[in-house]
Amino acid sequence: MKALINRIIPFSNVDGPGNRCAIFFQGCPLHCAYCHNPETWQVCDHCGQCVAGCPAGALALRKGKVVWDETRCAGCDQCIHVCPHHASCKVSELTPEALFEKIAETFPFIQGITVSGGECMLYADFLTALFRRVKAAGKTCLIDSNGVIDFGQYPQLLALCDGVMLDMKAIDDDFHRQLTGASNRQVLDNLTLLLEAGKLEEVRTVLLPQFPKQNQKTVRAVNERLQGKIRYKLLRYRPFGVCEEGLRFCGRTITPLEEAERLAQAESDRGFHNCVVI
Amino acid sequence: MEEVLNIIRDETLTYQQQLLALARLAENMDDTLQRSPEYRQGQKDGIFCDLGEGLAPYRPRYICPDYTQLMEKGSRFLDLTPPQDLLEATNALLIMYHHVPSITSFPVYLGNLDQLLEPFVLKETPQRAKQILKMFLLHIDRTLTDSFVHADLGPEATRTGELILQLSEEMQCAMPNLTLKYDPLLTSDDFLKRCALCMLKTAKPSFANHAMFTREWGENYAIASCYNGLKVGGGGFTLPRIRLYECSLKAKDPQDFLDNVLPHYVQIMLEMMEDRIRFIVETSAFFKANFLVTEGFVKLENFTGMFGMVGLAECVNHLLGIEDPRRGYGNNAAADDLGVRILQRLSDLVAGFTSAYCDCTNHHFRLHAQVGIDSDGRENSPGARIPVGAEPGMLKQIQHAARMHGFFPTGIGDIFKFEETWLNTPEALGDIIKGAMASRMRYFSGYLENNDVVRVTGYLVKKSELAKLDQHKQSLNNVSIFGQGARDKGNALDRRVEKRGQ
Repeated sequence: MKALINRIIPFSNVDGPGNRCAIFFQGCPLHCAYCHNPETWQVCDHCGQCVAGCPAGALALRKGKVVWDETRCAGCDQCIHVCPHHASCKVSELTPEALFEKIAETFPFIQGITVSGGECMLYADFLTALFRRVKAAGKTCLIDSNGVIDFGQYPQLLALCDGVMLDMKAIDDDFHRQLTGASNRQVLDNLTLLLEAGKLEEVRTVLLPQFPKQNQKTVRAVNERLQGKIRYKLLRYRPFGVCEEGLRFCGRTITPLEEAERLAQAESDRGFHNCVVI
Repeated sequence: MEEVLNIIRDETLTYQQQLLALARLAENMDDTLQRSPEYRQGQKDGIFCDLGEGLAPYRPRYICPDYTQLMEKGSRFLDLTPPQDLLEATNALLIMYHHVPSITSFPVYLGNLDQLLEPFVLKETPQRAKQILKMFLLHIDRTLTDSFVHADLGPEATRTGELILQLSEEMQCAMPNLTLKYDPLLTSDDFLKRCALCMLKTAKPSFANHAMFTREWGENYAIASCYNGLKVGGGGFTLPRIRLYECSLKAKDPQDFLDNVLPHYVQIMLEMMEDRIRFIVETSAFFKANFLVTEGFVKLENFTGMFGMVGLAECVNHLLGIEDPRRGYGNNAAADDLGVRILQRLSDLVAGFTSAYCDCTNHHFRLHAQVGIDSDGRENSPGARIPVGAEPGMLKQIQHAARMHGFFPTGIGDIFKFEETWLNTPEALGDIIKGAMASRMRYFSGYLENNDVVRVTGYLVKKSELAKLDQHKQSLNNVSIFGQGARDKGNALDRRVEKRGQ
């Protein structure tokens, strides 16, 4: 059993409580317009278009495969900029054991790990094997997910994990399809399931500058379900790193702080004090 | 006598700074203390540096008085009776501070302030205690105008400790430097988190590995000056330095360096240190007549010699023919291994010398990773640090530091620069510090990149004070001038920034 790992951040202070090791998996079934790392969407098809342009000579085409030499890579991301498929050639294919070995050196410094993506739930069985080891080492395991894979299918994983940080992109299914290319039905089912299982660590919604009505509708409906009991992060859209199609849909401005605070205040006014504006 | 006139005419020096500069000239006119021809040649070649100790040392370099004695018995010489309340206690300390000599003529150790003052603080209302401590800290910052002035906290959380942290945040002073003695068994997670937050806001406290220091020094140790581990009721006689980069230029290859060059120069420096200590103990008046000695605030047997070094990174890179520091020491297993071999050899050589003094360290000197001075430029990184600009990322840097820190009981440390999101996550920073200490890192410092008070190499300066010097105005802090030099010649403020989630 192997998984494609896009990136490991040994120390992260923004992926759950305390200092955490964050692991980003490659591949995502959603293609959100505002995605900041669209290079995690697809798996490299070895077309080789990135090879010639690598200024560090870290890429080569061998036997029809793009090979990345991590030791030579200067991290300039030129390969990602020229990739026509929203993929990355800079991924490692690892077994749960190999990934565990790689991250174990961070354990004295962290409260736990957070798996993210892409969409890490594409590798649910892999995560189960990984979490078993990490939990045995006394560290917590959080999942950062967009909720399009049914958590109900993986009771073992759910039992092992300490919580899920779930993205709720939009409550309106048509708008969700426009924004991400897929329906939100499974996401909502997961929201209910995780809430009932006591595994919902937090929910996040990105507020968009050009869709104030959708923002309002989503925040209201999601918090109706949360009843103010789970931390609900309202993230202001920021155009940095967003691809050209995304910018056309979402715009080039940051969602005003006042709008985010107004929505959080409206929730507070009806007794839900769980919103955090980021 | 042109040098005298230059000091007298210098408009950027405060009166006190002029006085100290003139005194330094005077002590260097005496040549009673002989230096061997080999040492003088080494000085000329840039291999040895006496770190401003001059030709005729008239006090030990670092003095760490036992201030608990002042609290319990007062002082005959200062005509002080034991203090009865917080006002008397802080006032007695301030009086005593002005009579504690050092290489800088300012006290480099102010005591474990929270433990010293806690019994008095608990007798006051919180408001009154805070008010008195505020005046105490203000007095220190404005009169002990030198960032090597250092106070310790911990390891346990106290009300006094909390008040000092609050006041540090409110007052944003460079003095005193602060250290939390951290021990996971004695320091609560909440207090660790509290100190981590204060460090982001004020560049202090730093965190000392209490378990490591107590193993080497016993419970009664001080962190003084930059990050120097010493015995309370004693201190450090002298701290000269060997500059390993210049030293490495004399070697054919790594083996020649380890077998011949390093032992040769280490021996010269050890002998010079012994001569120097003998002069301080037997010729100068300090150990015979100073009230700190005669009243037992310090004891001769609690002093040791500090063998300083800088430039391990550049030494290793030179010996291995590595030109790009980003591919050398700190980023390269072969370079790191050679670094460890050199430190092991250095440590053995220093341990092989027997001093007539230094009873508290079994008549041996102890290694110190010196933080560098501006004239080192970029050729000798502080102690065993990775050069600024070549830091491999925080995890690797801590792991690297942990490999090196065990060799240096009289002090070594590493500094990390953080961006603003860390202000929201002191718990995450606490996790990192805990991990660093568990990995046997000795001393951890950090600061926020946008703060006015920043840590240069081991000491604190205000960027606004450096700006005054840039405009040829006077700066109250004696150390601002070092900070300006380290910033301009050593790029000391350009270290890697720990960003959000990296």
